Amino acid sequence: MDKFTRLAATACPLMLPNVNTDQLLPARFLKWPRSRGLGTVLLRDLRFDADDKPRGDFPLNDPRWADAKILLAGRNFGGGSSREAAVYAVYDYGFRCVIAPSFGDIFAQNAVKNGLLTAVLPDDAVAALGAAVSADPAQQITVDLERQTVTCGERSYSFAIDPVSRNQLINGWDDVDLTESYRDRIAAFKETSRQQRPWAAPAARP
Amino acid sequence: MSEPRTLFDKLWAAHEIVRREDGAALLWVDRHYVHEGSFHAFSQMAVRGRHAAEPGLTFGIADHYVPTRGRANGIADPEIAGMVRKLEANTAENGITLFGLRDPRQGIVHVVGPEQGLTLPGLLIVCGDSHTSTHGAFGAYAFGIGASEVAHVLMTQTLWQKKPKRMRITVDGTAAPGIAAKDIALAIIAKIGADGAQGHAIEFAGSAIRALGMEGRLTLCNMSIEAGGRCGMVAPDETTFAYLKGRPFTPNGADFDRAVADWAKLPSDADARFDREVTLDATGIAPIVTWGTTPDDALPIDGRAPDPAREADPARAQYVREALDYMGIAPGAKLTDIAIDRVFIGSCTNSRIDDLRAAAAVLSGRTSKVPGLVSPGSSLVKQQAEQEGLDRIFRDAGLEWADAGCSMCVGINGDLVPPGERCASTTNRNFRGRQGPGARTHLMSPAMVAAAAVTGHLSDVRPLIAGRKA
Repeated sequence: MDKFTRLAATACPLMLPNVNTDQLLPARFLKWPRSRGLGTVLLRDLRFDADDKPRGDFPLNDPRWADAKILLAGRNFGGGSSREAAVYAVYDYGFRCVIAPSFGDIFAQNAVKNGLLTAVLPDDAVAALGAAVSADPAQQITVDLERQTVTCGERSYSFAIDPVSRNQLINGWDDVDLTESYRDRIAAFKETSRQQRPWAAPAARP
Repeated sequence: MSEPRTLFDKLWAAHEIVRREDGAALLWVDRHYVHEGSFHAFSQMAVRGRHAAEPGLTFGIADHYVPTRGRANGIADPEIAGMVRKLEANTAENGITLFGLRDPRQGIVHVVGPEQGLTLPGLLIVCGDSHTSTHGAFGAYAFGIGASEVAHVLMTQTLWQKKPKRMRITVDGTAAPGIAAKDIALAIIAKIGADGAQGHAIEFAGSAIRALGMEGRLTLCNMSIEAGGRCGMVAPDETTFAYLKGRPFTPNGADFDRAVADWAKLPSDADARFDREVTLDATGIAPIVTWGTTPDDALPIDGRAPDPAREADPARAQYVREALDYMGIAPGAKLTDIAIDRVFIGSCTNSRIDDLRAAAAVLSGRTSKVPGLVSPGSSLVKQQAEQEGLDRIFRDAGLEWADAGCSMCVGINGDLVPPGERCASTTNRNFRGRQGPGARTHLMSPAMVAAAAVTGHLSDVRPLIAGRKA
């Protein structure tokens, strides 16, 4: 997994609240393998009208934010279904960081596993960032994960992220390798658990 | 004397293998359910040249993509057929038991797990599906995970988690006749919001929860995720044990007695502390329907849709305007004036035998004014419903009686609500496009869907069941 330490980029002001994973990646694209690249169908039904024409007033269709690597969104971003492909879509589109007042728990967990930073800032801070990039789409925003700051011009904000996610993003840890370094502990736990909770195993019936 | 612990504290402690300095804990997974959508995870595992570490604790269930009609003729759509075949191949390759398309036990994972007795109190259960919270109804720690975590569980039977905060939602009082677990769930979500329980493990408690049967508890815990909760649970009790006894995968004989003795110790200690407490009085809950595009857009059936002109907060006003526009509802419209185009009864939320009985009790001897689909939660639920004659009631009312699967809740098997059509639905998400592009979904209980069917518009079920046998 790519490590995440610092990112300086333009930011697209999506701003909407409750952008759930059904919006981020409509269910009909869930069959797609990752290799197909899911960025083209990110927010498909909000970005395009019923005739498949891009909606001119949708921020992601605005050429001024075509290179944005940061997405600004409203509260409860990524709520709903556990589909990790919603994260793939955000990432494959080119975003590396989403800044919002709150995130769906499963989405945030999936994001960490894929090197996508979910930075939590209060409503007014996200609104101020949105206003700044709407006024000047070329405005660079710097996200520093080590210092946990988002800087836009003269203004700087401290963002919240739990230490576990921060560690994983900064180190680019591979979970499976890390887990296997605890192989002996797992084996010991399994044995103790088998004795203490014999009922936990599925019963085999004739 | 050790510190009093909540049900969730006890479940967490029983599964913690290691805790890191940053607070992440490695947890042991007792049950892992996989479905067609788990293909990303199997691919990730294959890239590493690995196989499932504990195939005996992993169960495959075909539900998301399976057809609910014409199943005997195979699957017409080659892409959908491919998804089901991929699950068959991946589970076979890894020695995982599969309840596949033609298995008599097939159904929705969150119906089949409990029905087979695979879901038990005290277990840690995961599945690559957000509605895994359902299984918490038994006093299990059950939650949905993404593909990377599914791959991790497949390879190690463990998962890194940080401990969520503890939240107790107490519902006391007695719910009125016609009020279902779905109404309680929607009342809670309306109260705390679609993200109200973010970062929390919910325990549902109180006399109204105790009074629910297992089906009702499953509905309630299922909807925990729609309040943003990491998981939802109900402490196991005699209702739980009675449900489990004699199921195919539950412990047998003396083993069962030993299990019950252990499970009886799981409920929260009397003085256990929660990070957050919410209380609700069941007595005042009316039948609830959603009007908008998130589950917290929920109101009692005798209410009116909101009016953006009356919203003080401009952002809220804009949200309401857009939601009403998508839903095709006039500002301030009486909810009972909203005409529907079709109904759907099914999904992991409301497709169990009690749900079908509640809908059939309303539909019996009546005709649906709109077309509709009834998809039982499992093939065994279907069989039981047919033995009880419920299928005849649905068919006689003019509804289609189909096979088991996720069906029109997620719409990826081809069961879709056409664009612009309005569906009264027993499902869990009224998101834009959830039941198909442009589809308009109103969430409600099975009895309320039946009431909408017989009247052709959103309706209060209570007058329709007065004097009838529930």
